[in-house]
Amino acid sequence: MKKLLTSVAVLAVCASGAALADTSGKKIAFSNNYAGNSWRQAMLKSYDQITKKAVEDKVVAAADVFTTADQEVPTQAAQIQNLILQGYDAIVINAASPDALNGAVKQACDAGIVVVSFDGVVTEPCAYRVVVDYEDMGKQEIEQMKALHPDGGNLLEIRGLAGTSIDDAIHKGLEEGVKANPQFKIVNSVTGNWDQTTAQKAVATVLPSLPDIVGVVTQGGDGYGAAQAFAAAGKPRPTIIMGNRQDELQWWKEQKEKDGYKTWSASIAPGVSTLAFWVAQQVLDGRTDIPHDLLVPYLAFTQDDFEAVLPTIPEGGVASKEYTLDEAKKAIEANIK
Amino acid sequence: MSVEAVERRAPRAGAAGRARMLRSMLPAVSLAIVLLAIAWLNPRAISYFGFNLMLNLAIPIALATIAQMFIIAVNELDLSIGTFVGFVGCVTATWLRDAPLVGILILIGSIGIYALLGALIHLRNLPSIVVTLGMSFVWQGLAVLLLPKPGGKAPEWLSAIAGYKPPFIPLPIIAAILIALVVHVGLMRTSYGAILRGTGGNATAIGRAGWSLLRIKVTMFALAGLFGVLSGMTLIGITTSADANIGNGYTLLAIAGVILGGGEFVGGRVSPVGAVIGALTLALAASPLLTFMKIPPDWQVAANGIILIIVLAARVLISRRER
Repeated sequence: MKKLLTSVAVLAVCASGAALADTSGKKIAFSNNYAGNSWRQAMLKSYDQITKKAVEDKVVAAADVFTTADQEVPTQAAQIQNLILQGYDAIVINAASPDALNGAVKQACDAGIVVVSFDGVVTEPCAYRVVVDYEDMGKQEIEQMKALHPDGGNLLEIRGLAGTSIDDAIHKGLEEGVKANPQFKIVNSVTGNWDQTTAQKAVATVLPSLPDIVGVVTQGGDGYGAAQAFAAAGKPRPTIIMGNRQDELQWWKEQKEKDGYKTWSASIAPGVSTLAFWVAQQVLDGRTDIPHDLLVPYLAFTQDDFEAVLPTIPEGGVASKEYTLDEAKKAIEANIK
Repeated sequence: MSVEAVERRAPRAGAAGRARMLRSMLPAVSLAIVLLAIAWLNPRAISYFGFNLMLNLAIPIALATIAQMFIIAVNELDLSIGTFVGFVGCVTATWLRDAPLVGILILIGSIGIYALLGALIHLRNLPSIVVTLGMSFVWQGLAVLLLPKPGGKAPEWLSAIAGYKPPFIPLPIIAAILIALVVHVGLMRTSYGAILRGTGGNATAIGRAGWSLLRIKVTMFALAGLFGVLSGMTLIGITTSADANIGNGYTLLAIAGVILGGGEFVGGRVSPVGAVIGALTLALAASPLLTFMKIPPDWQVAANGIILIIVLAARVLISRRER
């Protein structure tokens, strides 16, 4: 409480004086529950780039990253409690569970710490959530299909990791898209777990039983696997929505060069971690007008601009976008309206 | 032990006695070292508030470790305790809150299943590792059925107990002492406790002396089930909400805790006080120590493993000297 009062006092002083570097004495920690895939690696890299510069420019005093050894919920809960003890002013979280960390998150809030969650968000009301509009991504996939196939046709859906909110939201968006465009019909859906190998196996299993397919709607990380399955079965190549992975965009480029193949690509940018960082910084800066639920757009590439980004993605990686402070402010503004 | 045997061992008593002493001190010493390191790295953590935060999640681990200890005491191993704790957690966050009576019945029933497992393993002479590995998938499946996606909420009374702040001494420390004392008195200081442990040492002798080995196995497995239930409920009281995978890491932590606490896989040699201290040490070494050391993220996972290996290696070195 005392800490809270002093920080309020500090903010009051700062607000009346120079607006710059109000947060130069603040320490922000990042509690991450998993680092074992390319998306998470890209996420950590983006975060490191932006925060290192922020520390150098004395925007914040420290921005340390903590990754738990396993993907267990209690481990991360304990980690958050330790970060409270370390005296951090804000904690950015990519959570192992939307609900089961609420106890620890509440303790952090009670200690006067700003908590911002993203990707794996937490439901505790005192925390901020940076959420990607996955539902809209699903809807947009159908819209893009419509642009390429105005007459409609049969679609194959590849779903993500079962039981996650992300899979649920994209699926919901796809269903709504199909409802609005009845010329399309999802004839089958398989589970690809956002993984090329799993997706390839799953698609190969159902392919023989499928009618003619005009398109495959995906969740990212599964488009290249689907393409491989179609090629192996000697079936005509449908329009496969891609998910910003390097192998997917590379395949798209090859196909485009061959016969002008057209599709669309979208996914959540791992750099959204940097937006969460700036949200924490802005709240520490004394802003009280930031809504606790922030919706941010996904990162999409079209026929015209995907080749420009391809060389910047490391092999096996995924396209990202880091937020600068100004871009973050803009993203926040878009949510206040 | 006969008079002869005592006499034969007498000359060795000096060295062996010292090693044994060292062995029983080791859990406490390693806990002290970890605490000192934490105090040095982050003095702020050594406070009422700090101990509360650092140790509250160690209590469910300590309870799961005690559960595992009961099983290890009779020369068996329980690979299902982690998922069982997760299952109990899901029951606690759903049934126990919405329909307390049904919830209590399910939990008592699950202790009954543990007791039956003990009977099955004894009567059919099955390897416990196989049976409990199978059961771990059963508990996990049931947990996912109950809570397909994370959620649920701890009953208010449970969160209230877990959040209680007694004067002067943080709740987790009181809880740890209480658990250690109760189990120590029950298992180490009563005559039936000696029989229970004796089964791990020499089952034939205990059987010849007229004790029912079946009853002993059933008792130990039921006790393990009971402490598993307590562990799951405590965990949910602290986290306030459940996840079907919440306890998965506890299986190995519990085994490591028993061994670190001076227990042996065979021979009925276990120590409840050591097991609780072992669990606390593991919990502290794995998380707070690591966080306070500010290790680069790329190395954190490896560092966690290295700390555990160092702590357990010290334990193995000392027991070797004893032999």
